[in-house]
Amino acid sequence: MTAPWAWRWAAYALVAAISVYLVAPMAIIVVISFSDSALLTFPPPGLSLRWYRSLAETPAWRDSILVSLQVMVLTAVAATALGTAAALGLASWRGPLAATIRSLLMAPLVIPHIISGAAIFLLFDAWGWVGSLQALVLGHIALAVPYVVATVGAALETMDHRLTQAALTLGASPRIAFMRVTLPLIRPGILAGLLFAAMLSFDELIVSLFLSTPQLRTVTVLMWSNVLGDIDPEISAIATVILLVSMVLLALQWFLSRQRGVPVLQGIGR
Amino acid sequence: MTRPTVLELRGVSKNFGPVAAVADVDLELKQGEFISFLGPSGSGKTTTLMMVAGLQAPSSGSILLNGRDLAPLPPYKRNIGVVFQHYALFPHMSVLANIAFPLEMRKLGRMQARRRAEAVLRLVGLPDLGDRLPSQLSGGQQQRVALARALAYEPPLLLMDEPLGALDKNLRAQMQIEIARLHRELGITVLYVTHDQEEALVMSDRIAVFNHGRVEQIGQPQSLYERPVTRFVAGFLGDSTFLPGKVQALQKEEAVVLTAHGPLRGHASPGVRPGEAAVVAVRPERVVLLTPGDTARENALRGRISDVIYLGQSRKFVVRLEDGSELLGLQPIGTASPAVTEGSEVLLGWSATDCNVLADSD
Ligand SMILES: Nc1ncnc2c1ncn2[C@@H]1O[C@H](COP(=O)(O)OP(=O)(O)OP(=O)(O)O)[C@@H](O)[C@H]1O
Ligand SMILES: [Mg+2]
Repeated sequence: MTAPWAWRWAAYALVAAISVYLVAPMAIIVVISFSDSALLTFPPPGLSLRWYRSLAETPAWRDSILVSLQVMVLTAVAATALGTAAALGLASWRGPLAATIRSLLMAPLVIPHIISGAAIFLLFDAWGWVGSLQALVLGHIALAVPYVVATVGAALETMDHRLTQAALTLGASPRIAFMRVTLPLIRPGILAGLLFAAMLSFDELIVSLFLSTPQLRTVTVLMWSNVLGDIDPEISAIATVILLVSMVLLALQWFLSRQRGVPVLQGIGR
Repeated sequence: MTRPTVLELRGVSKNFGPVAAVADVDLELKQGEFISFLGPSGSGKTTTLMMVAGLQAPSSGSILLNGRDLAPLPPYKRNIGVVFQHYALFPHMSVLANIAFPLEMRKLGRMQARRRAEAVLRLVGLPDLGDRLPSQLSGGQQQRVALARALAYEPPLLLMDEPLGALDKNLRAQMQIEIARLHRELGITVLYVTHDQEEALVMSDRIAVFNHGRVEQIGQPQSLYERPVTRFVAGFLGDSTFLPGKVQALQKEEAVVLTAHGPLRGHASPGVRPGEAAVVAVRPERVVLLTPGDTARENALRGRISDVIYLGQSRKFVVRLEDGSELLGLQPIGTASPAVTEGSEVLLGWSATDCNVLADSD
């Protein structure tokens, strides 16, 4: 028999090992981004902000970050509106047709992005849309909608539908009952979906690769093409920026879920 | 003094696919009346209530409120108060905001709505809890808030679906008194769903007994208890022993039924026909122990007491009759008659007017 404390310490050690395995590469990238050397060496010989300065001074980086942010905001807003509407519709609709529509909406979760990307590319190429903002936004919306459907759907499922009925008997029209009762109660789910959509859009690469051109590309696409060429710590500076945006979104989500007491991650992956 | 009719149901039915949840219900509620729906689970009580509230549409029949057909009116234009079984308080609004909600829907100003909500909260005895969230209240308090919310706009008709179902016995009794008081003071008309028969007996002016989507019988508590017209009602409301037989003679109010224990006499309910099968339904508390030679009761049986259950205020006893069937009796404790003891041979009897002869439908 091994003592219980030994098991506990073994478990802690395992968790620590996995955490290091997951976090260490990112930590190294962050550290290298502050290097004063032109070589990707670790540990860096000295510290400086020269790679961040270089980022700010390179128009290609600036433009691509701007494109990414624009696409992110537009995608998040549109996917949230569409996904919420779809979840609401599906919640009050049973039957084979509803099940089919749900599966179609959720399909992007399981279809490899490279296939979605190729398909979207073929269509938009025929329309001459490749390299346009709307192409990127529409592509990202298709990928993000299922996340919103899942989070809002979960919120609707946990909500007591008699509350809406109660509002009706109290004299609220369906529209007012929705605004004053349903919407506030599913808001955590909607916000979670919004943040998921934003995160997904901001670090999406594969579909963006298909839809970008050198004139209009997301920051992930530009990173990708730079990685293929010479690499210097500039790449880790941009990686750190992207990491920062993702972490801010994640922190927001965590904060909201604590505030509302609603598990925002629930509903994902079903 | 005939009071005006507030609510009328005419031949109302509701089908869910092949299931007839409610079948051909007729009902009339007078101003200020308190009517309970009593019946087993799945008998259509809630469905009937939901049709009155407008949350479900009848498959056929019509519902009239103050003489006006409700069919074209959506729920939010019916001005009917509804208290749901699980309160259905809005969890994201304070108690006061919950109660003020229907008032705001009626375009009362914010301040006016708040003052009115505070007044109603006092009415249900919770003057200090207005700023709490529903989740910070006990079950009984939530129940009162739900009641307050439905009363705030003074609806002419209040529907309550097992409002006390989730409360423990003491709180339940307390809330029953509270609801009865509010009903009296405010003079509202109430349609109340319960499957607690005692609650129905205590609170109602009339009770409608539901079974398989139909109203089996409707009447005042006492007449329903003492003169049930179907076997189901006699068995559902209180205890009864059923002694089956065949109707031998029928004259006016009284029927003679030939049973395995000889002829028994009882009050004939409608539907009893000479020569047809019937049951004699006997309430336990009507059964008395007879001394030999006692002939004041029309009905007498022999048996052996097989079980005695002490209930505090009374003793329940089971009598095994000569043919092996059982009869229930109830003896108040502290009466002069000799106490029942297990194993003793007894002579039992009851008056003809104390039991009912019912057509045997099963
Ligand atoms: N939305 C629905 N779809 C299908 N069947 C339903 C629906 N609502 C109720 N039913 C059925 O209708 C019948 C009556 O249900 P109802 O809820 O009115 O019973 P109830 O008398 O209120 O029972 P309880 O005492 O358990 O609340 C039941 O057989 C129930 O299964
Ligand atoms: Mg019910």
